Amino acid sequence: MSIKPATATAGAPSAADPSGFAAVHGEADRQLADVPPDPVMEAYKLNVYYGDFHAVHDVNLTFGKNEITALIGPSGCGKSTVLRCLNRMNDLVTGARVEGEVNYHGQNIYAKNVDPIAVRTHIGMVFQKPNPFPKSIYDNIAYGPRVTGMKVDDMDELVEQALRGAALWDEVKDKLKQSAYGLSGGQQQRLCIARTIATRPDVILMDEPCSALDPIATSRVEDLMLELRSDYTIIIVTHNMQQAARVSDRTAFFTARPDETTGNRTGLLVEFDQTRNIFSNPHDKRTEDYISGRFG
Amino acid sequence: MSSISTGAGPSSGTGLPGVPSLGRQRRPVESVIKAVLFCAALLSVLVTFGIIAALIKPVLDFFAEVPFGDFFATEGTYAVLPLVAGTAMTTVIALLVAVPLGLGAAMYLSEYASRRARKFLKPTVELLAGVPSVVYGFFALTFVTPTLLQDLLNLEVGFTNSLAAGLVLGVMIVPTVASLSEDALSAVPQALRQGSLAMGANRMQTTLRVVLPAALSGVAAAVVLGMSRAVGETMIVALAAGAQKNLSWDPREGMQTMTGFMATTAGGENPVGSTSYNTLFAVGMLLFVITFVINMISIALVRRFRQVY
Amino acid sequence: MSVAATTAREVTTSSVATGKSRDRSVGSLAFLGALWFSLFFGVMVLVVLILDTAITGAPRFDGALITDYSSRVRPESTGFRAGILGSLWLMLFTALFAVPLGIAAALYLEEFSDGNRWWNRFIELNLQNLAAVPAIVYGLLAVAVMAFMGFQRTGIVLGGAIALALLILPVIIITTREAVRAVPQEIRQGSLALGATVWQTTWRQTLPSAVPGIATGTILGLSRAIGEAAPLIIVGLATGVRFDPEGLLSEITALPMQIFSLTSQSQEDFQTAASAAIVVLLVMILGLNALAIFIRNKFQRSW
Repeated sequence: MSIKPATATAGAPSAADPSGFAAVHGEADRQLADVPPDPVMEAYKLNVYYGDFHAVHDVNLTFGKNEITALIGPSGCGKSTVLRCLNRMNDLVTGARVEGEVNYHGQNIYAKNVDPIAVRTHIGMVFQKPNPFPKSIYDNIAYGPRVTGMKVDDMDELVEQALRGAALWDEVKDKLKQSAYGLSGGQQQRLCIARTIATRPDVILMDEPCSALDPIATSRVEDLMLELRSDYTIIIVTHNMQQAARVSDRTAFFTARPDETTGNRTGLLVEFDQTRNIFSNPHDKRTEDYISGRFG
Repeated sequence: MSSISTGAGPSSGTGLPGVPSLGRQRRPVESVIKAVLFCAALLSVLVTFGIIAALIKPVLDFFAEVPFGDFFATEGTYAVLPLVAGTAMTTVIALLVAVPLGLGAAMYLSEYASRRARKFLKPTVELLAGVPSVVYGFFALTFVTPTLLQDLLNLEVGFTNSLAAGLVLGVMIVPTVASLSEDALSAVPQALRQGSLAMGANRMQTTLRVVLPAALSGVAAAVVLGMSRAVGETMIVALAAGAQKNLSWDPREGMQTMTGFMATTAGGENPVGSTSYNTLFAVGMLLFVITFVINMISIALVRRFRQVY
Repeated sequence: MSVAATTAREVTTSSVATGKSRDRSVGSLAFLGALWFSLFFGVMVLVVLILDTAITGAPRFDGALITDYSSRVRPESTGFRAGILGSLWLMLFTALFAVPLGIAAALYLEEFSDGNRWWNRFIELNLQNLAAVPAIVYGLLAVAVMAFMGFQRTGIVLGGAIALALLILPVIIITTREAVRAVPQEIRQGSLALGATVWQTTWRQTLPSAVPGIATGTILGLSRAIGEAAPLIIVGLATGVRFDPEGLLSEITALPMQIFSLTSQSQEDFQTAASAAIVVLLVMILGLNALAIFIRNKFQRSW
């Protein structure tokens, strides 16, 4: 697949929905209009509640193998919540309730007999703020394989591979035994990515991985994502539309709909398409407004 | 790119790769550890019930021998009211010392001290809590009564008296009152202070008229907790408040307290199981109930304070 | 305190400084003086207490004080060997009983329990109350526990250690919970997202990071226990023990117990000896506190 990251055509006029697609099909159908050829994960009628608060409403998404999918939208639109559902990190939030399905290679990860810990070994996650462990660089990488009981013949080699995979090896190879806290923010984030790929996941979730980084560190992490795409399926939440345009193959645009009585904002999926379509020819007026900077 | 690719991602190819197994795994170690930790937490609950269970039998034995009226009486071998009066006397004196001092220290720490100064000053106040109560008792008996009260202030006090015991007890609970009050005062939102200062009030007025009232339930909780400490403290009163039951309103006289009585009885020659030994448990039960009620009031006050801010 | 709160405080302190002229009225200055007095009154008391005790006890700062057993016949050279050793033994077993139990309970409450469940709220309430239960009541509980285990004599290492362990258990649980809570949530999430279990995360990430805080709290709890006499009186520790402790079932005394018994003796030599013993006790407590401060400053990580 050779989708060139589309350039954002901010403010480009586009006749909203020229085909009248939305008028014919329901919104849910629209979301599935352009299905990735080789799906790894899909969310089906995903609803998330925190106590009485309905955080995410009926999301349907499909994530293609070796693609980068970006989830974008204004703050409070539930994109991070959706991401956290994909490896059951929401289980850790008290009062969180997930309805619907998240299928991973055809298995619903919310099925009763599924082990959330096993899910997380296959679907790794990188967080907004770099969160290395207060250990050496080496031990940060070796931690995942050790706790999951992975069979490792040569831990040194695995550490090197993971660090090379995250384009960090050359910078840290002489100080593997030093504390990870001595690294810069961008290096710490790449360490967290290395730590994740060391457990050999299938999918990597990234929750605004560059929001705490400076532009140079950001561009290095973005390059890294494009490299990792050939081996992993990547799903990224980002605030930064340019970032979504630069790195992602497909983009899902979310928005928040305030409840008329309570004012609580429920997140919902507006449009899911190839990134170039979202940015150059959005079907939905709300997407267009957001992309062109008129909203959010 | 990296050589990790070979093993890392799912093997590429047509169709689904070997579907990863997500089935629930048994983690016996995890379950055992969780159960052990839960038992440890449960034990802390059992301690409370353990206290009640430990007290109940001797107390029932005691009341089988001694009528209720003889226990809650002002006079007699088993009368507890003189002890309650002794406890009340020392506690009141202690609070008269500890509330102004503790609150003053708390107000300074919260409203006046810079962050750096507070770092040094707070441990200084808390030093007082680190001194063992037997040492305070010795101090009350050998310094406060003879040197301070008799020689310097020319008071006609007995060898043991509630005044010396209460004063030293008050010093001991200053850190309790100060520490919790300071937490309460610091929790008052800055906006309230700024509002007051913006209207031209000075720092004293702001502290006394805005911050203190706003933190009142938190400060009250601190005072109540200090009271609980004073009621339950043993060694100071056992040494300095007297070993005779004495229903009096004169702080210059010696008055035995509940805890003082317990220490004397336990240290005495009463055979285990005898009625005089069981008095220990009857008084202990009363002490537990009193402090329990006081603690609950304190906890409720803190809750109320937390809800406001 | 959160960073936001501290900055807010700094801001006010400086904005308040601009109103300084209005703080110069007589009333304000008197108020400030009163606050200073409250702050330093305790220190003054402490200085007087230490000086008075040290001066009274000075004649007895000799070797016999710590190497000899107590003596009724020779008050001028009575010693506290049995009390010092007894206190150290009590410390050891109190720590052995209370520390693992307290840490385990705290870890359950912080890392495994669901704070919204009623029983967890109940445990919480219970802990707050237990921390304020009078020490002497724990003596009564220890007597009952010993009776339950079938011991006739309770004035032994085991009885004293049970009483003190029960006494400091709430302190250890509370300080451990605070130390564990100070470990940032991001660390736990990072570990769990790699497929670690809750226990693996606790054991390999949270606990190591919380160790300095736990150690500090534990030592402060122990320093409270070492000076405590009331529960030991209830348990029935003797004061005139003239041999070294030999085991869990050995009869012992403790330093605060010996100080208590000597204080009520009228002979001046005994008062002198008690003063000297207080200095020893204070030095032991000071040592423990210094250790706690050292650990806190040396190993505490600020996140």
